[in-house]
Amino acid sequence: MFDQTCTSQRRRCTLATLLPVVATMIAVASWGPTADAQVAGKVRLDGSSTVAPITMAAAELFQAEQPRVQVTVGISGTGGGFKKFLDDRAELRTDISDASRPISGSELKRAAELRIDFIEIPIAIDGIAVMVHPSNNFCEHLSVAELKRIWEPGSAIQNWSQIREGFPDLPLKLYGPGTDSGTFDYFTHAIMGEEKVSRSDYTASESDNVLVQGIAGDRGALGYFGYSYYESNKDKLRVVAIDNGDGHPIKASLDVIRSGAYKPLARPMFLYVNAASYQRPEVKAFLDFLLDNARTVVEHPRVNYVALPDDLYDLARHRLREGKTGSAMAAAGGKTGNLVEVYRAH
Amino acid sequence: MSTRGRRIREKGIETLLFGCALGSVVTTAGIIWVLTSESVLFFRAVSPGEFLLGTRWAPLIEPRSYGVLPLICGTFLASGGALLVAVPIGLASAIFLSEYASRPVRSVLKPLLEILAGIPTVVYGYFALMFVTPRVLQPLLPQTEVFNAASAALVVGVMIIPTVASLCDDAFRAVPRSLREGAYALSATRLEVSTRVVFPAALSGVVAAVLLAFARAVGETMAVTLAAGMTPKLTLNPLTSIQTLTSYIVQVSLGDTPAGTIEYHTIFAVGMTLFTITLLINVIAHRVMRRFREAYE
Repeated sequence: MFDQTCTSQRRRCTLATLLPVVATMIAVASWGPTADAQVAGKVRLDGSSTVAPITMAAAELFQAEQPRVQVTVGISGTGGGFKKFLDDRAELRTDISDASRPISGSELKRAAELRIDFIEIPIAIDGIAVMVHPSNNFCEHLSVAELKRIWEPGSAIQNWSQIREGFPDLPLKLYGPGTDSGTFDYFTHAIMGEEKVSRSDYTASESDNVLVQGIAGDRGALGYFGYSYYESNKDKLRVVAIDNGDGHPIKASLDVIRSGAYKPLARPMFLYVNAASYQRPEVKAFLDFLLDNARTVVEHPRVNYVALPDDLYDLARHRLREGKTGSAMAAAGGKTGNLVEVYRAH
Repeated sequence: MSTRGRRIREKGIETLLFGCALGSVVTTAGIIWVLTSESVLFFRAVSPGEFLLGTRWAPLIEPRSYGVLPLICGTFLASGGALLVAVPIGLASAIFLSEYASRPVRSVLKPLLEILAGIPTVVYGYFALMFVTPRVLQPLLPQTEVFNAASAALVVGVMIIPTVASLCDDAFRAVPRSLREGAYALSATRLEVSTRVVFPAALSGVVAAVLLAFARAVGETMAVTLAAGMTPKLTLNPLTSIQTLTSYIVQVSLGDTPAGTIEYHTIFAVGMTLFTITLLINVIAHRVMRRFREAYE
């Protein structure tokens, strides 16, 4: 009948069109980018919220290339991150720990007790710039001792003339990050000797843009925040050279910070990699990606840190490939000034 | 439906509606319970005397200090300033709407005024920080800081104009027409009727309106957080950075304070203070309103 022929014809038609379509779909699905082999798995990071922007940016870019890898970055703080890195239960341990300071003695002991081998690699530098209004032509440099007197709790300094003999009678207006900021913790530690010790009557803001606006609009302003924000606003602010007590004030710049000469307001940031985790292809792929693109990731406008000199990244790559475990910073003891030397020697 | 069926249905609906009303009461009680139980933990570590009378607020910076007066001072500075803006403009708008405006004008103007109340508060905050401070305050008064109480007070004032205008308008319209007509019969002008007859008669309603708007300004969070700053200080200078009770709570809640620490408990202690202040203002406003209602029975 007419209907039957139509139906069987329709069935044949459908099969004829479906088969090549399904075949193409299978072919497309199994074809992948011919560049790198696709890996799959999970990479777990946790630690410092100061380092996190770097690893998060790397994770985002990496996952775009390797969608079958899931990279998670927690921000429990450097100490919290180490606790998870050195957890009793192996299945809960993180693969990589973000740290804004080298591993401490007690953490090293614990790693030894639990027989956790780790590889320490430096990843970037966090520098703090001290800034004044561009019309400020009398303050070329400040010593750490003067900064301490200005910023310590209960400080009565309200005027530039109280800071140093010869400074004009100009009211001092202070600007800085809020108490949640890693920059605040680091500045107070470096200048006052103890974290979170500071006078409380300064204009605080978590937003660096607001601080830039404030300092740029106030003739008697003095403020501090991450060096990279100064880099993006060089025309609106003037940076003050810092004298670390040796009589030679050093003015911050990308090269100076990279060389390690800018003290005490520059600190290196580290990644601690679980040596056993590094054997997994997805962890290796992530770290290789991060180190190959280190400068782009670290100096990306949304991350905004100072990248290390290229030979330090080469040394880091070398350490990972060789599986060189242990903390070079701990081995170097007090002499951690020049990172390149530290990582070459240890 | 049978009479018994109807009675059961009526009883059921009554219970349901009672449940909804009870729900609001239970929620309020729950909030008070949470605030109190966590504040008690705070007051075990810090004495109420030190909290209420201390003049330095530094719970997150070493050395710690837990005197809440700078936050209360900041709150009153910002909300008091807001009232300075909102009360004259709101009152004048209300007088115009109730005494002068014809019905078509009123039907257009009142909704337009309500739009001010519809703008999200976070937008007001950014407007204060990005426009009011650099383009209005700083050109006029160069010593204005980037964060200051004045710009926050200005925008919060604009935000509560509709509240003041609405409540005052209701107060004016509740004044009996006979009072107005008596005055007109004695050849009073419209201005004389508005200011010498209606306004004094509605005074307690106006006071209640101002107090309620004040309570609203005290509780205002986003605009002051963005525009007024994070520096708790005891000052009457509106051109400097301050911190209010509400913006302190935002600062700590958005940060990474671990639960159970004393910094965490300051949130509840400050919340309790804010709640108490707003409650007191509302109770006083309610008392004043009640006295107003009785005058014309």
